[in-house]
Parts: sequence; C-alpha cells; structure tokens
Amino acid sequence: MTWLKNNGLKLFITVLLAAVAATMLLPFLWMLSTSLKKQIDVFHNPMIWIPAQMQWNNYKEIWLGSHPFGLYYFNSIKVTVFSVIGAVIISSCTAYGFARFEFKGKNFVFLIFLATMMVPDQVTLIPRFILFNYLGIYNSHWALILPGIFTAIGIFLLRQTYLTIPGDFSEAAKMEGANHFQIWTRIFIPLSKPALVSLIILSFTWNWNEFVNPLVFITSKKLFTVPLGLTNFVDDSGTNYPQMMAAAVSSILPVIAVFLFGQRWFIQGVASSGVKG
Amino acid sequence: MNAYRKEAFTGWLFILPALIGFGLLTVIPILFSLVISFTDWNFMEGLKGIRFSGFHNYTEMWSDHWFTDSLKNNLVFAVTTVPLIMIFSLLTAVGLNQGVFFKTPLRMIIFMPYVSSVVAVSLVWALLYSPSQGPINQVLRDIGIEHPPGWLSDPKWALTAIIIMSVWAAIGYNMVIYLAGLQAIPKDLYEASSIDGAGKVRQFFSVTIPLLSPTTFFVLITCIIHSFQVFAAIFMMTQGGPGTSTSVLTFYIYQSGFSFYKMGYASAMAWILTLIIFLVTIVQWIGQKRWVNY
Repeated sequence: MTWLKNNGLKLFITVLLAAVAATMLLPFLWMLSTSLKKQIDVFHNPMIWIPAQMQWNNYKEIWLGSHPFGLYYFNSIKVTVFSVIGAVIISSCTAYGFARFEFKGKNFVFLIFLATMMVPDQVTLIPRFILFNYLGIYNSHWALILPGIFTAIGIFLLRQTYLTIPGDFSEAAKMEGANHFQIWTRIFIPLSKPALVSLIILSFTWNWNEFVNPLVFITSKKLFTVPLGLTNFVDDSGTNYPQMMAAAVSSILPVIAVFLFGQRWFIQGVASSGVKG
Repeated sequence: MNAYRKEAFTGWLFILPALIGFGLLTVIPILFSLVISFTDWNFMEGLKGIRFSGFHNYTEMWSDHWFTDSLKNNLVFAVTTVPLIMIFSLLTAVGLNQGVFFKTPLRMIIFMPYVSSVVAVSLVWALLYSPSQGPINQVLRDIGIEHPPGWLSDPKWALTAIIIMSVWAAIGYNMVIYLAGLQAIPKDLYEASSIDGAGKVRQFFSVTIPLLSPTTFFVLITCIIHSFQVFAAIFMMTQGGPGTSTSVLTFYIYQSGFSFYKMGYASAMAWILTLIIFLVTIVQWIGQKRWVNY
C-alpha cells in the first residue's frame, strides 16, 4: 500500500503514456500482421492480428517477384551511403570553418545557409531539374546524392559542438606546428565523435526516406529507391494489400534497426538541433 | 594584417565546398526560379520556348480554384496540426520527464513514427482509413457509431484524416525537443517554488511554461514551416482529392510543373509559398519578444 502511495502518480502517468505509445505502435503492428495475411483476410471482421497461416510468400513476391525490391534496396543503400559519407565530410569541414575562423562575410553566409532550410523543396525542384538535365545527371543517382550531401542541419549540428571545444586545444596544437587541416582532422573530429554519430544516423534516416527528389529526378524503374518503389502501389487497381504492406515493412526495417541500435545518439542529435533555438 | 588575411583565406577555404554546393543547388535555383516565375514556359518546348509574361502568373493564380483551395487547405492544415502537435508533444514530454516506469522504451515507441518513411506510413494509414471495413471504422462501429466517416473518400473528412495522421507522426520528434528543453530547466527552481508552497500544477504554469518558452518558440516555428511543406502524405494517400479537398500548395505546384509542364506558373506559386513561410517566420520572430524569455 505504501508503495502505491509513493508511486501512484508515477504509475498513473505511465498508464497514460502507455496509451499514447500504443497509439503509435498499433499501426505498425497492423502493418506487420497484414503483411503476412491472405488478401481476403485484410479487412476481416473481427480483426485478425495473428494470421492462422503466415503468408511468407508476400515477402518473396516483393523481393524476387513482380516488384524488384531487392534492386530498389541496392539503389537505396548506394544513394544513402554516398550521401551520408559526403554529408559528414562537408558538414564537418564547413562547421570547422564557421566555428574556428573570423572573416568578413562569415555571418552573412551562415545566415544564408540558415535561410535555405525555410525554402520548400518545390521552389528549387524546377531549376534543379533543368540544371541536372544540363549536367547530364538527370535520371541518375547523382541527382539524389548531390542534394543529400549538402545539409544545413548537419552544419549547424557540428558547429554547435565545435564551438564548445576549448580554444586552448587548437592553440597548443598550433604551437607545435600543426596546420588547420591537422587540427580539424586530429583534434576536432575525434573530440566530436558523439555528434558525428548523431549526424550519421540522422542523415542515414533522412536520405533513406527521401521521397521528393527521387520522384522528380528518377524515371527509370531500375534506378528506383525504396520509397519510390512504394509508389508502384498507388492507384494500382486490384492492389494486393498484403504485398503492399510487406513492401512497407521492408522499407522501414533498416531505419527501425538503426534507430533501435543507436537511439541514444539519434535522440541526442534531434535534441541538440532543437535546443539551439 | 598578413596573418589575419591568411586566416581569413583558410577560413573561406573550409567553407568553400559547401558554398559551391549550396550556391549551385539552392541559391542559384531559388533566384532562377524567380526569373522563371515571370515567364510562360512549357518546358517540353525547350529553353527557346520561354516567353516573358510579366506578372501574369501572379495575377492568374487567384482565379484558379485549385490554387485558392490548396492555399486554404494549407492554412487549415497549419492552424489545426500545429497547436495539436505542440500540446500533445509538450504533455508527453512533461509526463516522461516527471518520472515514469519504462521511460526508455516508451520514449522510443513514441518517437518511432518520425524515423519511418512518410511514404510507408501513408500506405498503412490509407488502409486503416478504408471506409467499409477498415480497422478504424470497425472500431468506431464497435463502440456504437453507426455511420462512421468515409475518411479519405469523403471530401468533408479527407483533410481531417490527413491531419490526424500528421499529428500522430510528428508528436515524437517534437516531444524529444521539448524533453531536452525540460531537462535544461534548473532543478532548484522547482525546489524553491515548492518551498513557497506551489503545487505541481502551479509549478507547471509558473516555472515550466515560462522557462520552456525558447523551446516552444523553436517548436512553433519548425512546426509551421513543416506544415507548409507537407507533400508525401498527400501524394500517397489522396493525390489532392476527392476534388480539391486535400490539395495543398506543394502538391499543386508539383502537379503544375511536372504533370502539366507549366514551369512558369508552378514557380510563381512556389514563390508565393516561400513568401508565406517567410512572412509567418518574420512575424513570429518579432512577436517572440513578447512571450519568449531567454
């Protein structure tokens, strides 16, 4: 009884939040369960949560049959890996430039970078479309990787961290004859590891889920990324819902895995991008 | 002087790659898009098909009901989703911060919709919303609502359906930002106020809310900006329909540009959208002085 008295409030809030969490989780569970159902059982009343016979065939059909999700996966991995590597390098060296130097125009340039986050994709889509055509990278993965590399949030995230690194460190290194490139790679990068991991995980998620760029810049089915592959199911009359859900499950599995594995960094990254204000 | 110049030069060198990237991919396209917005250009005719048309695109759009309906839907979407997201994410964050059992798993589950692709999530919700036998309406019938809404197929309910899903998807992300803000509030302020005899509710309104105002401001701004950028959910779930009931500017701009090839018109609308976002942000920025305590 005393336990309940001491923990009553805590228990009450836990129950409330468990209800919120259930609301978040149920659509995912329904998606998973439907991906293993037969088509006729999708809208069965009462609802079926655990199919009597697991239809693993739905996944087989998605991966190896009519919808080549194996290929889409390969494309997504390729685009994501190159984008993330590029984003980490560019964000880190730009952040170093902003955090460690004083020069005329620095604040102005920084403000411009900041402002680009406000601009909706739709403004730049048409000029980019023309530009990519001109450069000959329209309908190629470069049209996805290039925009993925330049992320303003990545620059802010790392700049925040770099500003907290004491100036003494780089002064001492300078005394010993280190140049800026060495200070950046040997002092700043190792000291900012947690922020880097956050950026890698966040940028992995953004690039994996990116939808507008592939939609506009990719036309060949063999270059489709996973989210674009999911559009195959829109407006497709007589859609096979279990297969559609199998595709949806396949598409979120990698990000969920990365999230479960690295949720601490993930949440740190989101939190520190927000605290900045 | 020379040392200063050398430093400045090295500084520029470090930001140069990003400068080129953002310049080429964002800044120049934004300016170019402004130029296109004053032209009448079907891009199928190639660059020589460009004809300058002055402000024609900017005047024409106000009598285009797809545009005006999209703009109206955008406003409804912003006015409904932003407060709902803010209230729910603040309450869940306060709850988590207050001390709960299973804190980490709860936080993780609530955050999950944010990491999942909107495209996949939209496909699931579209099925959940199925009018006749979808899970949501099955439940509604079970609790005694005989004629549940037709959701995505009903012009009166389609936007509401998308609003519900968008709020659902955004709570976790903003909750994490609120949590970080809450954890930055010094503990002794709560101790001091409880010595003064303030209860939990009183503390919430006189300590938590005022000290959280910078975070609230950040959440407000980003939520508004995101609300105007909603696209994937509309594209996947309704394609703007039924009728114009769920069309938003980003969707109609995409359609005008890449389905109807009206590049000038699409760019003009994109600029109006940018202008709206910009104005809303400026107004908030000026207004913040009245209620944000740093």
